[in-house]
Amino acid sequence: MLNLFAHPKHIFFVLFVCFIAFSVWIYTIPLFSPSQYSEKELHLVAEGRLVWQKYNCHTCHQLYGLGGYLGPDLTNVYSRSGNNEHYIRGIVKSGVKQMPAFEISEDEMKVLLLFLKNVDQSGTSNPQDYQPEILGTFSLEKK
Amino acid sequence: MRNIGIWLIRIALLLLLAGLFFGHLASESYRITEPKSGVMGFLSLRPLHVSSAYLGIITAGLGFLTLIIQKKRTSRFGTFLQYLHFTLWIIALTGIFYSYFTGDFGGREYWEFNPVWALPIFISFIVFLVFYIHQIGFKVKWPVYYWMWLTGLVFFIFTFIENYLWISPYFREHFIADMTIQWKVNGSLVGAINQIIYGVAFYLMEKISGDEKSSYQKLSFAMYFLGIFNLMFNWGHHIYLLPTEKFIHYIAYAVSMTEWIILIRIFYKWSKQIKENKQFYYFFPYRFLMAADYWVTINLSLALFMSIPAINLFTHGTHITVAHAMGTTIGINTMIIIAAAFYFIKPTFNNSKWKQFGTITFWVVQGTLFFFLSSLIGMGIHRALWQAGLANESFNKMSSSSGNWVLLFIIFGTILFLSMGTFIVYLFVKSWKKNKFDFPY
Ligand code: HEC
Repeated sequence: MLNLFAHPKHIFFVLFVCFIAFSVWIYTIPLFSPSQYSEKELHLVAEGRLVWQKYNCHTCHQLYGLGGYLGPDLTNVYSRSGNNEHYIRGIVKSGVKQMPAFEISEDEMKVLLLFLKNVDQSGTSNPQDYQPEILGTFSLEKK
Repeated sequence: MRNIGIWLIRIALLLLLAGLFFGHLASESYRITEPKSGVMGFLSLRPLHVSSAYLGIITAGLGFLTLIIQKKRTSRFGTFLQYLHFTLWIIALTGIFYSYFTGDFGGREYWEFNPVWALPIFISFIVFLVFYIHQIGFKVKWPVYYWMWLTGLVFFIFTFIENYLWISPYFREHFIADMTIQWKVNGSLVGAINQIIYGVAFYLMEKISGDEKSSYQKLSFAMYFLGIFNLMFNWGHHIYLLPTEKFIHYIAYAVSMTEWIILIRIFYKWSKQIKENKQFYYFFPYRFLMAADYWVTINLSLALFMSIPAINLFTHGTHITVAHAMGTTIGINTMIIIAAAFYFIKPTFNNSKWKQFGTITFWVVQGTLFFFLSSLIGMGIHRALWQAGLANESFNKMSSSSGNWVLLFIIFGTILFLSMGTFIVYLFVKSWKKNKFDFPY
């Protein structure tokens, strides 16, 4: 079995080809996942993502548990209660605890909110919505 | 400036020191309730901390590689490439810190600087790859660590392009696909850098033990391929929670579990390991390599459990992940870097007092790191219980009630900063002594 490894060049090549194929498949995922958003809205969502980066929101906040730890996960903050746009606006403009008040323009705020709305609609990041399974995996609990 | 390798090492040591320092400042943000502004704000300190540490590790890896290969062949072209790489690297570092200090953000997590500065990084890596191949050539049979270095360089370049795919709206418009790629990148970049650093460790072990055979053994190659197999396909364990293609999750789960082989092998070799530890214990480079070995065992065990989706569901997004990340960067990468710096800088320990002091400090570092990681795990468990819905309180309440863990985290972090900083400063100072670089090869 170990003799297989006497030719590192070949193994390296095979693995690398598999890796490239896997990567290319991942890049094409957007092509196969239709969105209910219009092209114009998607464009704004993409802008909102840049606002999220420009103000480093990720240093303290997570989306799907990915990002910083000082503040709460914001994946589903958009839908948490009724008048949420108002609430999010208020917090971003005035800050809370370690979060500074951001001087953010109205245009930026609009696309940021659209981005958060888009994130919210993509799924749930609350572990309690998921069900561990016997094989060590987990699935979204059907309600 | 004839020895570029040592200059890279010096810069790396400074970056690592800066990483510790900014980390220390950032940790204090956990205790305050008012935001700080400017560079002292968490939103600047975290990027400064992470990037200093990350870039320090990369610079050190490239520095050791340069030291090892720069004498293999002397040609005008080789020297030119070396200077070109160094210049680009300095431009990138300057730009990055300028970007952070002036608050000019816009990049992604770990790479928050203005994306313009990614360009010199990218070109410098291509130049370095050419330099690497130019220096070692394909004439001789490659030991396994040559392969590891090549892998590290090639994958860094490939993944670094992926790291900036977000510039195209095509990716940003699809949040889930975009996040999938972002974490593919984060996983593979760390994997690529680890290949470089572990290659240095392998090289050191060969030189210290004088056993050249194992660098060509099939088993060593098998382990190396297991490593790159994981680098390529295990990154999905970061995004089990993300509603991306299930297939990606299953591949990551299955591939991650192949690392049990590494853990089992470690235990299999345990008694041999102990014997070796005793034999070389008094040699500083070896001592840090030994520490890295034990941290590998601890971190790998943690990683294996966290890679099981059902467990990950609860540990994800908590400081348990941070403990794992810091365990790897400090416990493994930095220990190997200090080991290699001791090996190449060769301090002579003119007085035996320093040797004794160094031994004590060494153990302080290891002990503190252990408690530091434990406090992070404590914070993590606290948050995990809250996430699982066992503590019915607001985020605000939850974070203030983990105050004791936070306090321990800050205290141990400070001791770690001071004790590790001692070694880093010591090595930095010693690196200026003359005639240190007459290598035995
Ligand atoms: C320096 C860290 C930091 C940064 C940067 C930061 N936040 Fe916050 N944010 C916090 C903290 C801490 C809280 C919550 C404090 C608490 O409730 O205990 C918070 C709370 C929030 C909340 C309320 C969450 C809820 O569940 O009620 C929203 C919304 C929010 N932040 C949005 C943002 C956005 C948008 C950005 C980027 C423009 C951002 N934050 C940047 C630290 C930060």
